[in-house]
Amino acid sequence: MITFEGVTKRYADGTIAVNDLHLEVPTAEITVLVGPSGCGKTTSLRMINRMIDATEGKILLDGVDVRTIDPPTLRRGIGYVIQQAGLFPHRKIVDNVATVPYLLGWDKSKARARAMELLERVGLDTALAERYPFQLSGGQQQRVGVARALAADPPVLLMDEPFSAVDPIVRTSLQDELLRLQSDLHKTIVFVTHDIDEAVKLGDRVAVLRVGGTLAQVADPATLLSAPADDFVREFLGRDRGIRRLSFVPADLPLRTDLTVPDDADISKVAGVAAASGLTWLAVVDSGGRPSGWVNAADLPLSGTVADLRLMPYGTFVAGRDSLRSALDAALLAPSGGAIAVDDEGRVTGVATAGALAAATSGIAAEGVGTGRG
Amino acid sequence: MNWLIEFFGDPDNWSGSSGIPFRLLEHLEFSALALLAAVVIAVPLGLWIGHTGRGALFVVLSANAARALPTLGLLVLIVLLVGVGTTLPVLIPLVALAVPPILVNTYEGIRGVDRDLRDAAYGMGLRGGQVLLRVLVPVALPLILLGMRIAAIQVVATATVAAYVGLGGLGRYIIDGLATKDFASTIGGAVLVALLALAVQTAFTLVNRVAVSPGVSRRVKVR
Ligand SMILES: Nc1ncnc2c1ncn2[C@@H]1O[C@H](COP(=O)(O)OP(=O)(O)OP(=O)(O)O)[C@@H](O)[C@H]1O
Ligand SMILES: [Mg+2]
Repeated sequence: MITFEGVTKRYADGTIAVNDLHLEVPTAEITVLVGPSGCGKTTSLRMINRMIDATEGKILLDGVDVRTIDPPTLRRGIGYVIQQAGLFPHRKIVDNVATVPYLLGWDKSKARARAMELLERVGLDTALAERYPFQLSGGQQQRVGVARALAADPPVLLMDEPFSAVDPIVRTSLQDELLRLQSDLHKTIVFVTHDIDEAVKLGDRVAVLRVGGTLAQVADPATLLSAPADDFVREFLGRDRGIRRLSFVPADLPLRTDLTVPDDADISKVAGVAAASGLTWLAVVDSGGRPSGWVNAADLPLSGTVADLRLMPYGTFVAGRDSLRSALDAALLAPSGGAIAVDDEGRVTGVATAGALAAATSGIAAEGVGTGRG
Repeated sequence: MNWLIEFFGDPDNWSGSSGIPFRLLEHLEFSALALLAAVVIAVPLGLWIGHTGRGALFVVLSANAARALPTLGLLVLIVLLVGVGTTLPVLIPLVALAVPPILVNTYEGIRGVDRDLRDAAYGMGLRGGQVLLRVLVPVALPLILLGMRIAAIQVVATATVAAYVGLGGLGRYIIDGLATKDFASTIGGAVLVALLALAVQTAFTLVNRVAVSPGVSRRVKVR
């Protein structure tokens, strides 16, 4: 655990970058520091590994004041990832990754073997090991930066806007990769970003800082989105706060199982199912149990089978795993306004109707605080 | 052209203490000594100033002062002070000539290393000296070598002045040639100096190939 106890940083020119910060960074969780430019995120982060020393207050790393540890020794035990990766251009990728093991005096073959293992872990082809940094794309360099930070297996990882210099698609995959890594590694991670979407996606806890270096709020993402502490936080969270919040609400929707028809059924059967259910939109399921579209029973020919009908587009969500936001997204793809629930193999388990979705979202708004993470 | 044939064709010019091999060796000897002394002085100083940021003004001042320094004038002055006969009088102006390009380029090379890179190096837990020697120097090496190359070429060309104070080297062909109106000797000497400068240039290109990491020079075989 990392504890900030009344930490203030005043630069030589008088700028107060961080002001009386009290913050706990729990072990084995991702804590995100987020806030507008210049609010002191980088300064706060760099005081942990003593790249900057605090003017007042203390930072404790598992109860030990970091100021009592010699900086290089401290830093070898803390992974550090920066925005521009900062790889050593004169060293091959494998040697870049092995930087800290070499410093710690591991023998060369052990350090290299560890580096190879980490390259794989962060999703890089080990064939890249013998290349130099300039031969890698920005996203690949960033992965190497993460591998390098993890090389000596430090319990703590500091990441300063590590993904902000890559394009959005690569950024998403790096974020997913980090979450995947974290689910195996359980590091204590402090992650700095100015992107609130990134913050709520990655953070177990999110600390919002305001300019002047004060803490505005610290909470888990669902709480942050549903109950911002003040106008500053509310504004910082932005306009789509409501829809984003649904990402943290599981799609616990009532599923109807009487709204499906096989794709070879006779028209008369379709009409029968519709009449029995009282609804006109029915989901068509193929012989393998997978969805193939929606049909509107109000618009049926007099004879034939489902195969003769024009099927309408549909969206699916995995019941019990996906968030309400995914279910809503699936519903928005379909003219029926409903979402088809599937299991992990993609087989239909039921249908969430437009009515059920509307009830669920209005329920959330009334409830105020979301539950758990999606 | 005839003068060149006359100069290089003369067997007397290929043997003895006034022959080309001997003079060439003499020339190389004080050039190398001067360069070595300049490297020993300027590289550590440039590294230190570039790394700590302390004394940057000194680099600028010494570079300007040295540029204004007349090599020949300095040589004469030193000869007047210490007398002829030793190599010292020649070495001092040559070293003074060679220090500034090495100092300035070493300093600029180190100072110019990307801030993020320096930051990452400290962030990994390298100590100050390790950051300098393991990261900054390899990355700044092309510039450091460039400084040495400029210095070496200047020294090799300027070492001809040794002849003015009675010392050997290729300058003898030029000076003696001028004195005796033996233009074949003057031109031959000048050509030799030019060839030597070219050889120095080539040598540094080779050193660059070997010493600079392919990751820095971005010269990597395509596979
Ligand atoms: N070395 C320094 N000397 C003086 N002031 C500084 C120094 N470094 C940062 N500051 C100031 O401290 C404040 C906080 O800077 P910091 O870099 O921590 O912000 P940040 O939240 O990381 O911003 P960004 O999102 O732009 O990276 C800013 O006002 C900045 O100008
Ligand atoms: Mg910053």
